[in-house]
Amino acid sequence: MHRHLRTCGLSLKACLYQSYYKNYPLTRKYDYMKDNNSVNIKSKPRRRFLIKASIGTAVILGAWAGIAPMRRIVAKKINEIDLEYENSYKPITWFEVKADNTIVLHSPKVEMGQGVFTGMAQIAAEELEVSIAQVQVVNAVSLDRPVDKFATGGSTSIAGLWDVLRELAAQMREMLRNSAANIWNVPAESLTIKNGVVTGKGQQLTYGQIVQKTTEWEVPKEVKLKDKKEYKVIGKAIPRIDLKPKVMGEPIFGLDVSMPGMLYGAVVRPDKIDATFKSADTSQAEKMPGVVKVVLEKDFVGVVAKTYVQAHNAKKAIKVQWKVNRVWQQKDIEDMLKVGEGTDFVIQKKGSAKRALREDGVIEASFSTPIGAHAHLEPNGAVALVEKNKATIKISTQVVNMTREEVAKRLELNTNQVEVQATFLGGGFGRRLHTPNAVQAAVLSKAVGKPVHVFFDRQEEFQNDTFRPPTHHVLRATLNKKGLIHAIEHNVSSGDVAFGSPLTPGYAEILAGADFGAWRGGMIQYEAIPNFRAVSWRVKLPFATSWWRSLGLLANTFAIESFIDELALKAGKDPVQFRLAQIQNDERGQRLKGVIEAAAKKANWGKPVPKGRALGFAASTDANTPVAQVAEVSIDNGRIKVHKVTCAIDPGIVVNPDGVRAQCEGAIIMGISASMFEKMEIKDGAVGPTIYGAYEMALMRDAPKEIDVVLLEGSSKPSGVGEPPLGPIGAAIANAVYQLTNQRLRSLPLTLA
Amino acid sequence: MKISFTINGKTQTVEADENTPLLWVIRDGLGLKGTKFGCGKAACGACTVQVDGGAVRSCSYAVKFAQGKSITTIEGLSQGKELHPVQQAWVEEIVPQCGYCQPGFMMATAALLDKIPQPSDDDIDENIVNVCRCGTYYRMRKAIHRAAKIKQS
Repeated sequence: MHRHLRTCGLSLKACLYQSYYKNYPLTRKYDYMKDNNSVNIKSKPRRRFLIKASIGTAVILGAWAGIAPMRRIVAKKINEIDLEYENSYKPITWFEVKADNTIVLHSPKVEMGQGVFTGMAQIAAEELEVSIAQVQVVNAVSLDRPVDKFATGGSTSIAGLWDVLRELAAQMREMLRNSAANIWNVPAESLTIKNGVVTGKGQQLTYGQIVQKTTEWEVPKEVKLKDKKEYKVIGKAIPRIDLKPKVMGEPIFGLDVSMPGMLYGAVVRPDKIDATFKSADTSQAEKMPGVVKVVLEKDFVGVVAKTYVQAHNAKKAIKVQWKVNRVWQQKDIEDMLKVGEGTDFVIQKKGSAKRALREDGVIEASFSTPIGAHAHLEPNGAVALVEKNKATIKISTQVVNMTREEVAKRLELNTNQVEVQATFLGGGFGRRLHTPNAVQAAVLSKAVGKPVHVFFDRQEEFQNDTFRPPTHHVLRATLNKKGLIHAIEHNVSSGDVAFGSPLTPGYAEILAGADFGAWRGGMIQYEAIPNFRAVSWRVKLPFATSWWRSLGLLANTFAIESFIDELALKAGKDPVQFRLAQIQNDERGQRLKGVIEAAAKKANWGKPVPKGRALGFAASTDANTPVAQVAEVSIDNGRIKVHKVTCAIDPGIVVNPDGVRAQCEGAIIMGISASMFEKMEIKDGAVGPTIYGAYEMALMRDAPKEIDVVLLEGSSKPSGVGEPPLGPIGAAIANAVYQLTNQRLRSLPLTLA
Repeated sequence: MKISFTINGKTQTVEADENTPLLWVIRDGLGLKGTKFGCGKAACGACTVQVDGGAVRSCSYAVKFAQGKSITTIEGLSQGKELHPVQQAWVEEIVPQCGYCQPGFMMATAALLDKIPQPSDDDIDENIVNVCRCGTYYRMRKAIHRAAKIKQS
């Protein structure tokens, strides 16, 4: 049984309407079954509410799963004294069974394209014994639903919810079965369930009917989860459940939110880095057409107008004085960002690499990667409605909880007075792991007493991004007589990723020592090498750098796997065999070997390729998921062209094969874009370019015409998928380019001499 | 000023500054949110609609130029409940990820297929130049070829 559930158990709540209609007070007695340390809640539902309410929803399954242990203890204490329903420690809602026999799953994770709604629906449907069509997934709103305390990111959603969701769904299925057994007065074991219909002795009841007829619920002490071989929904390539709204153009994104009487806001943002707000002259802006109010705060200035265009025109008329600490140039940044500058921290060590690398015959190479922009298509924004003692925020965000806390703090409200409703995200990629623009929208709404929609224009997006930090890498190694690596060291210098982020508490920085975002992918994964060492160097840059899909993985793998290729060729070995020969013999090693062999086989590694083309190989391990890729590349008119990418990935249990393939394809194309085209630079204190096109990205013409994905399941649990396949692609292309040109490209974006 | 046009088969008269980008008239004036704002400078294609059958980036198209013309947005691409061949192909190839840029791509593709019913890969590369950050281009290319087949049959 899952850890959370063993200690916290389940609750079942009938009479759920009170959470929507606050005029009906409801108190509830919580009883604890002390024998198995689980919580069994015998609710005493008030039937009249059930009958009265006709919205179709009949029962909600809540649980404490996911709440931190400390808080659970507090919750238990409070619940023992017969607490009112309106408390902040109530069980959180996961499922609702509706009278029409559909199940609503309140998702603690947001959907940003990664397919998590579909994966969650499959996991729930499997244990609930319902069809996928019966499951509806909605974003949990922040008041009493399972809002994630952390964020949606880091390729953790399916891996983290795997046990929780299966447990909850199985518990609920058994409760429904037990209830049907009580209604018919037959043994529960005699009943069968299919598509949410319970059948026994010629009688049938749907889940929806059962919850209408049930007033007392029996919670099973323990449920048996299905074996993999019994799966009917998990592991199936079910089309993603949000296809239809996305193909029909339905208004599902934050930018599409509309509220009655909504006005439009714009906030003036700096066009230089290292600039802080001083003051503003708003006199011109106040006279502009459509302007409702100019709002001058201590830290920003914004304007509210009747239309978007009016708001943005008025914004341009506000004259802001910025305190610019220094006018930075690109070279300043490059000079700071060198291995050996800033503070260092050893992140990995085996044997005595340091000593071995003092000897003769050291092979050394350095690599670098540029500043990268998120360039997600839906600009950051929020709709806020601030009323007396209440704020409602509708927003594309990866951090529902943090946004709620920030808005509450600024408006001096309690967090339970702020409701954050996440929408579908028009891309996340880490950019929405901090969305303080919700605070600005809330301040503007409060100033005018109406809902206000604020969003960035594209120039502001590029200028105020929290960039992928630039990096510098130095790799050094020696080979032994057999032509294998005797010692290897990777030094990476990077701007901050996790450090300095509001998501990372200060103590975590002290505990971690080095920025675990920046060094992601920076360790040596070939652990049979006798001596290795990895060192992370931290440089504080004068602009915001943060989470960018896969964090340090893209840059670190580019450097390490390019260098490994170089060493293999220097040793006169085949790059695939060279890697395989230096992998340790544990589970992680076996899985890494598995993907390397599978990718090589599928790509016909070592066999002839079409004239003018070459193959390049690279592999990485991230979020407990190994990935190997083979890029088939040519040089057309002086341009690198990627024709085909073969990708082998081992994410353990595959919940949705098509979803995993889609993530691999997308990560490969995003990785091609970042490796071959993208680059932000600083000039006269400003970052640029600030528009698509000038910020060159992969387009249709640059995407490979063939992407072959091989799925391996080398573990009994799912691991991350969203980011790991971004690792190898840069090095795989660069290694192929070396085969074609004898040029070792050591900087991104890859540029031929 | 008052400007009249047909949008998704319906005649509309709107009151707007003549230089207002058509995008904002469609989104905020008429409440059709399927057409997206991406860059405001015709650089990404998220706002692509059809004007008299041609693909137009509505963020950089002043509403005055729409006078008397026929506009189609993603909401008007399907005929009632029946999906347009492009939408059908998008469903069959499971193209969208985050989905934000997809209406623009579908509108651009529908216009392409009217011009070139069986586009080659090169035709696709030259004509479909919108930006997708999730990297769905690989499936999009397959979907465009599939849409061409559905439309022919």
